[in-house]
Amino acid sequence: MIRDFEHFAPKTLKEALTLLDKYKDECKVIAGGQSLLTLMKQGLVSPKYIIDIKHLPGMDYIKYDAKEGLKIGALTTHRAVEKSKVIKDKFPVLSEMESRVATIQTRNWGTIGGDLCHADPAGDPAPVLISLNATLKLASLKGERTIPVEDFTLDYFETALEPGELLAEIQVPVVPPRTGTVYYKFNVIEGDMAIVGIAVSMTLGEGDTTCSDVRIVLGASASKPIRAKQAEQLLRGKKITDALLEKAGQTASEEAEPISDIHASEEYRRELIKVLVKRIAKQALARAK
Amino acid sequence: MKKQLKLTVNGQPYELYVKPKTLLVEVLRNDLGLTGTKRGCNEAACGACTVNLNGMAVRSCSVLALQANGAEVLTVEGLAKGNKLHPLQEAFLDYGAFQCGFCTAGMLMSAKALLNENPKPTKEQIKEGIDGNLCRCTGYNSIIRAITAVVKGEYKEAK
Repeated sequence: MIRDFEHFAPKTLKEALTLLDKYKDECKVIAGGQSLLTLMKQGLVSPKYIIDIKHLPGMDYIKYDAKEGLKIGALTTHRAVEKSKVIKDKFPVLSEMESRVATIQTRNWGTIGGDLCHADPAGDPAPVLISLNATLKLASLKGERTIPVEDFTLDYFETALEPGELLAEIQVPVVPPRTGTVYYKFNVIEGDMAIVGIAVSMTLGEGDTTCSDVRIVLGASASKPIRAKQAEQLLRGKKITDALLEKAGQTASEEAEPISDIHASEEYRRELIKVLVKRIAKQALARAK
Repeated sequence: MKKQLKLTVNGQPYELYVKPKTLLVEVLRNDLGLTGTKRGCNEAACGACTVNLNGMAVRSCSVLALQANGAEVLTVEGLAKGNKLHPLQEAFLDYGAFQCGFCTAGMLMSAKALLNENPKPTKEQIKEGIDGNLCRCTGYNSIIRAITAVVKGEYKEAK
């Protein structure tokens, strides 16, 4: 049962930040509430004060610039990202990822910023954004700062947000030419959280089979999304062969720290990572052409 | 400490005072007596609580009522026009698209939202459209047939 709380619906970002600064640990921010309300119903989170930013103006937008790249306001719904023409055109992997997040109803009300701040290790947006080298703009009364998505999640449900800070914007740089990014979410029932999630971004070098850069990001494979850096090292600057991808998959599965739970054992998750990293890297390579 | 909530439900404006922790499903069922919307799981998994908020399908068990301030909500009670059932409702009846009926309100509202967005969905798109609604009785096929029949225009006033 949800415990009573005091509810504030600030009308400006400054108002929201002032409230956050005032109540610090005693308050929680709610956007769509698609993650927070479930926790509150289970009694896991019982804040005294709720700062409701769902309708805060000026934070729901998708902007694209050929030089600056993509800028997504933190309060943009998953569904809006999924359906955005410019995202389908320039960053299709984001739309593909969003189409597999939960269900339509959840995507209609839940926000991409809320997802990132909730920091569920099985979340889908974070690994994809990391593979795209995205950054986040955080705002507080003291000003703004930018942090790579890769450094944002610290642990299970824990982010680098300081007290008094709000996530304001997600920034995705323009995709380098000849780069393909693919995300694969493995689950048993559509709508479930990922059992493992694999995002691979590959940039071609000379010819069509040499990789000049690669990012392999594993979701639901540790207490936060992780880059399989050793696996990346095996591929970076090399000619991509099946055998090399096998090794990369094997290495990535060893770099991961998956848990055993009701959905899958640690061994099964490692096996999935081994197989899927190879498969998705191949797809990323094909997409890069 | 209650806060004011003003919203339109099925075309009717309402002004209520609710505790902040109140969920939209509670307002609809308890305050407004619209018990067509069902609270199946309470944890955003089953979709039986689906309503349309500003034309979009949402899980009313997972929307803070105060966030629906100023919104237009459509529930299953709002589908029929007087005595005339909505084409989706007629199709569900004709195609046996319900057994116990518990998921039905949510299914209808997801279907309505789907057709709002895409009046001519393919079978795959219909399946995607009801992806967030669980049914333990029918096996879904009769539901898909019913929606397909509406899309094909088998019912007058298609929409």
